[in-house]
Amino acid sequence: MSAGNGRPAGAAAAGVANEAGRPRIGVYVCHCGTNIAGTVDVAEVRRWAEERLADRGVVVARDYKFMCSSLGQELIEKDVAELGLDRVVVAACSPHMHEATFRGACARAGLNPYLCELVSIREQDSWVHTDGVAATAKARAILSGGVERVRHHEPLEPLRVHINPATLVVGGGIAGIQTALEIADAGFPVYLVEREPSIGGHMAQFDKTFPTLDCSACILTPRMYSAGSHPNVRLLTWSEVINVEGFVGSFKVTVLRKARYIDTDLCTGCGICQEKCPRKILDVVYEAGLGYRKGVYTPFPQAVPKYPVIDRANCTFFDNGKCKACEKFCPTGAIDFEQQDEIVTLEVGNIVLATGYELFDPRRIAQYGYGRLANVFTSLEFERLSNAAGPTQGRVVLRDGVTEPRTVGIIHCVGSRDRNFNNYCSAICCMQSLKFAHLVKEHTGATVYEFYIDMRTAAKAYDEFYQRVLEEGTIFVRGKVAEVTEVARTPEEEGKLVLQVEDTLIGRQRRIPVDMVILSCGLEPRHDTKKVAQLFGISCSADGWLIEKHPKLDPVATMEEGVFIAGCVSGPKDIPTSVAQGAAAAARVLGHIQQGELALEPIKAAVDPDVCSGCRICNGLCPFNAITFREDRMVSEVNPALCQGCGTCVAACPAGAMSGTCFSDEQILAQVEGLLLANLQGTAGREAVSA
Amino acid sequence: MSGEQVASEPFEPVVIGFTCNWCSYRAADLAGTARIKYAPNVRLIRLMCSGRLDPTFILDALARGADGVLISGCHPGECHYVDQNLNTLRRFRMLERILPALGIEPQRVQLVWASAAEGTQLAHEIDRMVEEVRGLGPLDWPARMAAAGGRTGPGVSPVGWPAGSRGEPEPGAIKGATEPPGVHA
Amino acid sequence: MSHYLYYPGCSMESSAAAYRESLETVLGPLGIRLEEIDDWNCCGATEYVGISLLPAYALIARNLALAARQADGTRTLVAACSACYLNLAKADHYLQESRTLAANVNSALGAGGLAYRAGSVTVRHLLEVIITDVGLDAVRAAVSRPLSGLRVAPYLGCMVPRPDPDHRWTDHERPRELDLLLAALGAEVVDYPLKTECCGGHMTQISPAIGFELIRRLIAEATRLGADLMVTVCPMCQMNVDAFQGETNRHFGTHYRMPILFYTQLMGLAFGREAREVGIGRELVDARPALARIGLPVPSTAAEETPETKAARIEAAHRRRQALPMPPMPGDAREEGPR
Repeated sequence: MSAGNGRPAGAAAAGVANEAGRPRIGVYVCHCGTNIAGTVDVAEVRRWAEERLADRGVVVARDYKFMCSSLGQELIEKDVAELGLDRVVVAACSPHMHEATFRGACARAGLNPYLCELVSIREQDSWVHTDGVAATAKARAILSGGVERVRHHEPLEPLRVHINPATLVVGGGIAGIQTALEIADAGFPVYLVEREPSIGGHMAQFDKTFPTLDCSACILTPRMYSAGSHPNVRLLTWSEVINVEGFVGSFKVTVLRKARYIDTDLCTGCGICQEKCPRKILDVVYEAGLGYRKGVYTPFPQAVPKYPVIDRANCTFFDNGKCKACEKFCPTGAIDFEQQDEIVTLEVGNIVLATGYELFDPRRIAQYGYGRLANVFTSLEFERLSNAAGPTQGRVVLRDGVTEPRTVGIIHCVGSRDRNFNNYCSAICCMQSLKFAHLVKEHTGATVYEFYIDMRTAAKAYDEFYQRVLEEGTIFVRGKVAEVTEVARTPEEEGKLVLQVEDTLIGRQRRIPVDMVILSCGLEPRHDTKKVAQLFGISCSADGWLIEKHPKLDPVATMEEGVFIAGCVSGPKDIPTSVAQGAAAAARVLGHIQQGELALEPIKAAVDPDVCSGCRICNGLCPFNAITFREDRMVSEVNPALCQGCGTCVAACPAGAMSGTCFSDEQILAQVEGLLLANLQGTAGREAVSA
Repeated sequence: MSGEQVASEPFEPVVIGFTCNWCSYRAADLAGTARIKYAPNVRLIRLMCSGRLDPTFILDALARGADGVLISGCHPGECHYVDQNLNTLRRFRMLERILPALGIEPQRVQLVWASAAEGTQLAHEIDRMVEEVRGLGPLDWPARMAAAGGRTGPGVSPVGWPAGSRGEPEPGAIKGATEPPGVHA
Repeated sequence: MSHYLYYPGCSMESSAAAYRESLETVLGPLGIRLEEIDDWNCCGATEYVGISLLPAYALIARNLALAARQADGTRTLVAACSACYLNLAKADHYLQESRTLAANVNSALGAGGLAYRAGSVTVRHLLEVIITDVGLDAVRAAVSRPLSGLRVAPYLGCMVPRPDPDHRWTDHERPRELDLLLAALGAEVVDYPLKTECCGGHMTQISPAIGFELIRRLIAEATRLGADLMVTVCPMCQMNVDAFQGETNRHFGTHYRMPILFYTQLMGLAFGREAREVGIGRELVDARPALARIGLPVPSTAAEETPETKAARIEAAHRRRQALPMPPMPGDAREEGPR
């Protein structure tokens, strides 16, 4: 952290109240094509500003088709130079969209960029109102608010912060692995934190990947191995982030490393402990509840790191102090029951969140019978069933473990595109279901029915795969399955699962008996995504996914500078997209690292020691402990390096000694005055507002 | 604002909205992007945090001619600055109790939580509040105080206004031109 | 004593007299006081809403208005009959949703000097009141004669849990409330997959073949699952399955004998009442052979192990070892790994 409160030396007296001369303000009203001009009479707003706001210091007002275009920006630059403007107000889109653009135009013209104010007459006016007269009146008020506010702006300098070249990646699925490898290959250190004992994520559970039918393990394992052995990657598996402090450039992250009870210096990963452990536990994570693991385990043979963990909650020794079979048989003496959970603190400049998704729990749709009817499987269960390393060694069989199904029904959109559960499309289920149909045929030759609402195969080589599965003889029924029932109505239905469905292509109710049902479950945000969002200071959408900075133009950044997202944490994605996002996030992080330092908004609080009475009300309010009390001078003081600029202390200070740059009392009150057109004193003002 | 009305036209209230940069301002942006329509009577101000909101801003807005003030911040537990929105809540609760003594119906100042994803909800709340304020009629606070004889404190009931003082602003009265008594006490 | 307003409905007076009689025996032990609303009228059952909406809703709303007027200390209106519950709840919901409907209904009510503000009473079903307000622990505490050894198929019918805009039921397709209640009485509850299927309503009068098929499915499945009897909450379901079982058998040439009783009858028995007091004997398909099991020691079925049965046992164990695990369900005691 370099600068103080962001004010350049000697500029403190630049506020309008202290200025000798009148401000010279330029006003620019944007049409945004028809986005604004279609509703707001922009020419009228300009004319009004020119006439009515001249008293308030407006010396020029213009309207232009696209203010953000280079020609639009040049208008501002030219006026600053020729008319000697010292303030600029642009009435256009949201400051979150183009504030930087217009500040840049001012800076190029030699005007301090913080003397520019962008007010939104698009997102908050033309787009949300239909009545042109009312919208135009509101645009006038919004513009007037901006003019009043800008009169109190001060020239400021951005804060420059140093960027720590180390990066934290949270989540060791394919997206997180990709991010970590890209950054590490560029030569910078990466911490990769994973909650489970091994990295790999959901992709490690799959047998094949659509549409190429690549073996999932064959393409994932080399990446996992690279991440595990890369000199620039430090793996922290069986670990969770529990606290985050600081901001871009210098985050301080606290990680809980759960005790593995394995001395990784001694462990060779031979697996004897797993073999000897007497405790068998249903594995609901990696085996999706279809197989078992031991109390000491690595989730799968290719796990990275190769060291197992002892699951304290499911260990006979931790239950009753007896057993220690693993310790007795371990050839290198690597079992260490004395290990304790460990708290480590990491200092990083950037963070990438790639915490992925959870499968929709189909127990919530009781009429599909999952959990009650043995031969109803989830998509993840089927992945394990068809996986050669899975609990059946790749045999596609019914829940009895031996019988091959002769007919299989695959239900699409389970929990997705359903107003009772999730409205969104989970994006991967159509392709996943097609893959299942192919695998069922390949493994068993069974008849396969696909029950779909719409087929969505929009990516490279996806629709070709659909054609292939069609040609393989899979039967497609367009309709949402109402119920899966074991209650037979006819002799053919005896002993089968019957799918009751409206076939919307023939306009008829059908009952289709099958041996096995696969529920192509949708993707949901992880159950603790909201907690993760709060931890890292970002927001969740209504559906619970993390929100991107911009859904189209900035999909891997978040509103929190220095915190990026990749993969399914921001919504359902297939593997190629997740990998692309992982690489994109890495590119953004590397951009920060290469710059070495970053310019931040100088939004900070500061105490005027001459006014401060030393009451200390502000001290306890600051959530970042940025305010300390100077015993020697009996005044409070803000540490600008810690201050995040929320302004609570400014609002609370009873003496008015606390001020906040960019959001001073004067600026806010002036904006209120402008918004209410109370600045238009006298009859001129009244005429103006009722015009 | 009520000042925009001409005597013959129906009353159009003006509501000033204080929003948080991280949630409600963004919700308003989202409502815009999604073209969700709401009443044009609200005018928003962006703060970095609802915790920045000094209660005097609200009184100032009401004194200068606003008929209502909407405060919107992040849901409790989702504050970008840990928990400053809880300070907002405390200040709001305090203000709620003071308003009747100042001759202002408490419904004129409302607090609404809105996350960045809740554009629809915010639009809905704005519509609801604008209608409530419309139902209350113009605030015209300075004139009210004058009609109440400049008294402040519990003696001034929010419903006890002389019948003549509630409707139109007094001829020649300019909103915000006079400081309301009691605000800066 | 919890106090509720009570709308009995016409069935309770006639075809479902057993429901009314047994209901009266369980209220005391459960600590429920039901205050019948004065001068109530028929809810229109399943037919009227299909003919003309406004008079149908006005008919229903009259009862709501009476209840609201009588409300003193409680604003919860309890119905025991499925159709009454659905009609009252649905009418209140639509009156809240549609101002036009509310205005029209109120102008009709006005002719009789009544008015109703939608939402001023809360309509609830007796079963849900027992589960939510009284609680299963209190039910268990009242049991003096557990229904041990009685295999029951819980059957709610289609009207109680659907639609369920307020999410009062555990699941609107497969609610567990009746299962839990019967288990609390000590009965062995089969997982009856048709518990929210339609019994046909008045289909036996309109299109008998369809009506009989709907009834056949219900009793066939209960028989297949080895249930001694079916238990319902609905007067219509009880009447259909009971009264039309003979005709259904004749239609299909089958010989099902599946008694069907109201849950309150079993509650009364479990609370120690005599069969006659809870209306046993009013049913057409005799429930007494099934009820003979209650209170008797469960006959031991564990016979001497022969070489054949031993082989079968080993074979079954072998099959179990090969089988894949079932997904754990809520309330499952099975051991799980950490998530």
